[in-house]
Amino acid sequence: MDAVLIQSLFIAALKTGTPLLIIALGELICEKTGVLNLGQEGMMLMGAMAGFAGAMVSGSLFIGVLVAMFAGMMMAWLFGILTLTLSANQVATGLALTIFGTGLSAFLGGSLVGSTIEGFKPIAIPLLSDIPFIGPLLFNHDILVYTSFALVGIAWWALHKTRAGLVIRAVGENPHSANALGIKVIKVRYMVTLLGGAMAGLAGAYMSLSYTPMWMENMTAGRGWIALALVVFASWKVGYLVLGAYLFGFTSIMHLMMQGAGIDISPNLLAMTPYVATIVVMVLLSSNEIRQKLATPMSLGKPFDPKRQ
Amino acid sequence: MLRAQPRLESSKLMSWLSPFIAVALTMIVSSLMFLWLDVDPLKAFQVFVIMPFSDSYNLGELIIKSTPLMLCAIGLALCYRANMWNIGAEGQLLIGAVASSAIAVSATDDAGFGTYLLTIGAGVIAGAFWAAIPTWLNRRFHTNIILTTIMLNYIGLYILLWAVHGPLRDPSGFGFPESAMFADAVMMMPLLESGRATISIVIAIVIAIAAGLMLFKTLPGFKLRVMGAERSAAKYAGFSENKIVWLVMLFAGAMAGFAGASEVMGPIGQLVPSVSPGYGYAAIIVAYLGRLNPVGVIIAALFMGALYMGSDLAQIELGLPTAVTGLFQGTLLFFLLACDFLIYYRFVPKRPLRKPSSRSLINEEGAA
Repeated sequence: MDAVLIQSLFIAALKTGTPLLIIALGELICEKTGVLNLGQEGMMLMGAMAGFAGAMVSGSLFIGVLVAMFAGMMMAWLFGILTLTLSANQVATGLALTIFGTGLSAFLGGSLVGSTIEGFKPIAIPLLSDIPFIGPLLFNHDILVYTSFALVGIAWWALHKTRAGLVIRAVGENPHSANALGIKVIKVRYMVTLLGGAMAGLAGAYMSLSYTPMWMENMTAGRGWIALALVVFASWKVGYLVLGAYLFGFTSIMHLMMQGAGIDISPNLLAMTPYVATIVVMVLLSSNEIRQKLATPMSLGKPFDPKRQ
Repeated sequence: MLRAQPRLESSKLMSWLSPFIAVALTMIVSSLMFLWLDVDPLKAFQVFVIMPFSDSYNLGELIIKSTPLMLCAIGLALCYRANMWNIGAEGQLLIGAVASSAIAVSATDDAGFGTYLLTIGAGVIAGAFWAAIPTWLNRRFHTNIILTTIMLNYIGLYILLWAVHGPLRDPSGFGFPESAMFADAVMMMPLLESGRATISIVIAIVIAIAAGLMLFKTLPGFKLRVMGAERSAAKYAGFSENKIVWLVMLFAGAMAGFAGASEVMGPIGQLVPSVSPGYGYAAIIVAYLGRLNPVGVIIAALFMGALYMGSDLAQIELGLPTAVTGLFQGTLLFFLLACDFLIYYRFVPKRPLRKPSSRSLINEEGAA
């Protein structure tokens, strides 16, 4: 393969990995506080639908993005009421959120199917984008991809270098101790849940306003679920998450490479690759049980009620 | 004002009542939604609740919709009782349908009873196999069962699409992604003289009752319930966790596979891309609505079947998109989970704590 083809494959992998990175980053922060929100797919779909509708109505892509983030937050708020206020089972509530979000986005977005808009345009950063290979790969993208780069930095800094990060980790490792120290566990969990919702909405907006500027039922095709696997893959570490997201970007575009190499396989079988890859990666990483147990936030998925010990 | 107070013991009454409260709340919210959509809520109520039970044709269609839900949900209920979060009924159903179809397409009208059993068996075994993959990965490599089963749902869907576009496509079907219609010899026996309902519903109900008896009246069922309630207690008592996990997962897979087989061998009669309108996911809600009790699942499946049918009818009668089904399902599951709060908490009048009223102060002074 020549250099141009390799470069375009890298760019495609990066673009495919971006929504995974954004949504998984939000979920990683949530899981750090012990909140396991399996409703990612539902929140992302709502974000994609709301973002597209917002951009269509207002004529502004940025308003679309804001609407998408708000929609994701509203979904996350629903999750918060059930699991944080009413102490409902997080696994079942997350599933409900996905079923509800899939239904609601299909219902509300019915009239949007078939419409097209002009999505985000790439902005070449002067000088930097002229660097051979690296330039077009990293510095010739739309604003949402740059945002995802920034979010990675902010998330790493916030989790490891700030008091807020310490509070988040304390709540996830031992909510009872955190509570005894005067940290409002439920409040912290609400805040990160809403943040996660906004990130899921943003990832949805990337899908419907940049990656493929249109709306279609179920257009996220399981990315919310893959993101959940990614967080486990990354052992709840931001650095590994970046690596994982782009690696998955690569597996998802593998069919392009195979077609390029002239291999003739049914497109339906090739479409399985990201899902098969997710399972394979989970097997490779989960087999070390002790390492996995140490990395998992202690209170993950467990409800907390200060009145009950 | 009222405030929530944790109950010392969970309420038996509320655990019976909460599904009904959830259904009532869902109906209220849906009525509001219908008003917003300019649909008369009474008319909608008639379409969703009365019409599915109105005549023998509709009743037959209701049974058709409820059967796969019931079959899948019985297995899921047992899985969830054992804390195995199997979300894979959808994939297991699809794979069951594909496997059954692979046998059925080559069967001719003079095929015997053996071929008929083989066709069902292929679906059941394929479903169980599809559930065995995540179970083995979980037991051997400790992978998360939720994520592996979800991924296998997607893989299952693509296998189905591959099958209808490739090896199982009807050669004389003008290129449509469908298999040929199956021979009568491999079709499920009809339940009634007319209509498309088959004996699968009878099998489903018998299995539900048997599973209920197993769960509440036998030692394996007791072990399963102990393991679900307190894993360490089960371990201490020497119950084999592996054995229970494998049993419930294979059972759930087999049931979902049978659901897939009975769909293609029954009401559909061929393999099509849209074998399941999300039955495997809806079955999760059915399992919860039935309080993870196989017998409760029977009633819950009929209710959910009516919901599916209602939205089909609503599309014709009220011009609503079928997406409302998912909307109702999600809302219902939300309310179900929210209502479980009532089992563990009760509402008591809000009393200000440690706020002495001025009157009592005066009294104390008077006493002094």
